[in-house]
Amino acid sequence: MDLRRKLEILADAAKYDASCASSGGQRRDSLAGGIGSTTGMGICHSFAPDGRCIALLKILLTNVCVFDCLYCVNRRSSNVPRARFTVDEVVRLTLGFYKRNMIEGLFLSSGIIRTPDHTMEELVRVVRCLRLDHGFRGYIHLKTIAEASPELVEEAGRYADRLSVNMELPTEQGLATLAPDKTLPAIRRSMGQLHRRIEETQAERRAPRFAPAGQSTQMIVGADGADDRTLLRTSDTLYRRFRLKRVYYSAFSPIPDTSHALPSKAPPLVREHRLYQADWLLRFYGFGVEEIGGAGGMLDLDIDPKMAWALAHRDHFPVDLNTAPRETLLRVPGLGVRMVDRLIDSRRHRRLRLEDLGRMRVPLRKITPFVVTADHRPTRLLDREHLRALLAPPPEQLSLF
Amino acid sequence: MPDITLSHPADVDGWRTAARRLLADGVPPVSVTWTVAGEQPSLFADDPAPLMEPPTGTVRVPRRFVELADMALRHSDPERFALLYGLLWRVNRDDRGVLHDPADPLVRRAESLERAVRRDIHHMTAFLRFRAVETADGDGGKDDDGPYVAWFDPAHHVVEAAVPFFVHRFAAMRWSILTPRRCAHWDGRAVRFSPGVTRDAAPDGDALDDLWRTYYAATFNPARVNPAVLQTNMPKRYWENLPEASLIPDLVKGAAERARGMVEAAPTAPSRFGRAVERTRR
Repeated sequence: MDLRRKLEILADAAKYDASCASSGGQRRDSLAGGIGSTTGMGICHSFAPDGRCIALLKILLTNVCVFDCLYCVNRRSSNVPRARFTVDEVVRLTLGFYKRNMIEGLFLSSGIIRTPDHTMEELVRVVRCLRLDHGFRGYIHLKTIAEASPELVEEAGRYADRLSVNMELPTEQGLATLAPDKTLPAIRRSMGQLHRRIEETQAERRAPRFAPAGQSTQMIVGADGADDRTLLRTSDTLYRRFRLKRVYYSAFSPIPDTSHALPSKAPPLVREHRLYQADWLLRFYGFGVEEIGGAGGMLDLDIDPKMAWALAHRDHFPVDLNTAPRETLLRVPGLGVRMVDRLIDSRRHRRLRLEDLGRMRVPLRKITPFVVTADHRPTRLLDREHLRALLAPPPEQLSLF
Repeated sequence: MPDITLSHPADVDGWRTAARRLLADGVPPVSVTWTVAGEQPSLFADDPAPLMEPPTGTVRVPRRFVELADMALRHSDPERFALLYGLLWRVNRDDRGVLHDPADPLVRRAESLERAVRRDIHHMTAFLRFRAVETADGDGGKDDDGPYVAWFDPAHHVVEAAVPFFVHRFAAMRWSILTPRRCAHWDGRAVRFSPGVTRDAAPDGDALDDLWRTYYAATFNPARVNPAVLQTNMPKRYWENLPEASLIPDLVKGAAERARGMVEAAPTAPSRFGRAVERTRR
């Protein structure tokens, strides 16, 4: 099989992993040798027609897999074509694309071949070769195979910027039905091990490098019956317990040779979007997980979760932009973290008026019902029953087919 | 009426020297004319001013201003030099805190220039592509260190500001970045700048383009097609320079049918490999 065909198969096999970050961790350059750099800020070098960023060469080493996770394109029972890269092929592709400024680095994962240790060993061979033989200083995201031996994970962490173990489904029951080869305790053990090593390395300045950009995970949305509240509670626990850098949500989408044990209809992509917004509220806006996640455990698809919270808590409003503390401003719909900080900067110099907000490009239509400025006070607007209708976007056809 | 002539469109150092001098002499912003050598002079320009001596006293400005000016002065807006001097005047005369008021109209304008320049630099680091230049012994696809040539058409005068990124990342390679505004050349030790060139001076393709297109098409998920988000993040003006962009129309057009095909496909029997593994694992 030629390289082009392998690339086609093994990129197709890897694309259902939503993680694309190439940021965080240490800064490096190649002034003293080697090739590549990391700036701390990720760069998206292209965008696919699905709107997702292409920052890394995202491939599997092989899509042969002994597991049979029903949502996965690479499950052993699937009839998709199989391929396997050699170490040298991955290294050549990575360096070739990198030197042309097409990528920030490599995202490498693999189907489970033979045993977890054997698979992990193969992955480590690739990144060892990139780092040691070629002095590669670009970004590397490596999948950690659950239940691989600590020595292999240790070596993986020395070469990779980020390590990740995918949760895939938030409940034991979901895994038992759809991913019978995986178990929650094993996944948690792997995350716990990564967490411990990352913490130890950060605590000790001279410690050998271990995944400086931290760990992340992914959960599939809509393949099992888990509702948004269950997903968000799981994320909240992962952020607090294992200090994950990111939880990715991947709306289950039709795959080639799809399993008919799965729901025939994919969840609306906007559900995934709302989960990301809620996830942001947990991490950067001071919201507790029990405060978000609407009626029946599902987020409102029509309005963003902060707006939904505000409409359900009208007694917290209006908020005076000239006097309210930061944590209160963060709860105003339409105000992001950066905008809140700019407002705080600005109000040291002036009493904020609507025209000031306009100049700072605050979305006025969205926030005026909720805020007081020097020249504005919402009147009956907050009580109006149809405020929700006023603020929700007109219904649009979200699906193209 | 001082008429300041800067030596090139991104002459931040020249502007700084002149601005300090003007400030030390108490020259108010309204009476200064700024031009760039070789560009259209203003209608009533006097003879170009002699090269300015740096002022003797020091002018102290907040660090934030230096940072802001260093970016905003690279914008293509012809007003940029006057605007920044106007702001410097205010910062220095009466209102040091003004820089921290994002609602101030002048600060707002300067910040919008700064933002546009930063975005342009970011786009350059993202969408510029090096192409291996065929040499007598090279085959383009092999693991060599150049020479590589890139073409890019920035919206502002950002070549100088973007070059350190490429030096840090590709220090071991030899490369040239060609743009209509200015070109930069790295020989492994130092950067040399030269005047801008036209598109036809740069190579058009690279041996790896086909593999990259293969990757691009394969990493796209047709069940999630969303060309609007693609265009917001990767504006069309860059497409001409990206080998993968030629695939976009067809990928978008065929997406719905591919996704439907996946949903409607009849169930298949488990693969032979799958059945074999199944037996061993039971």
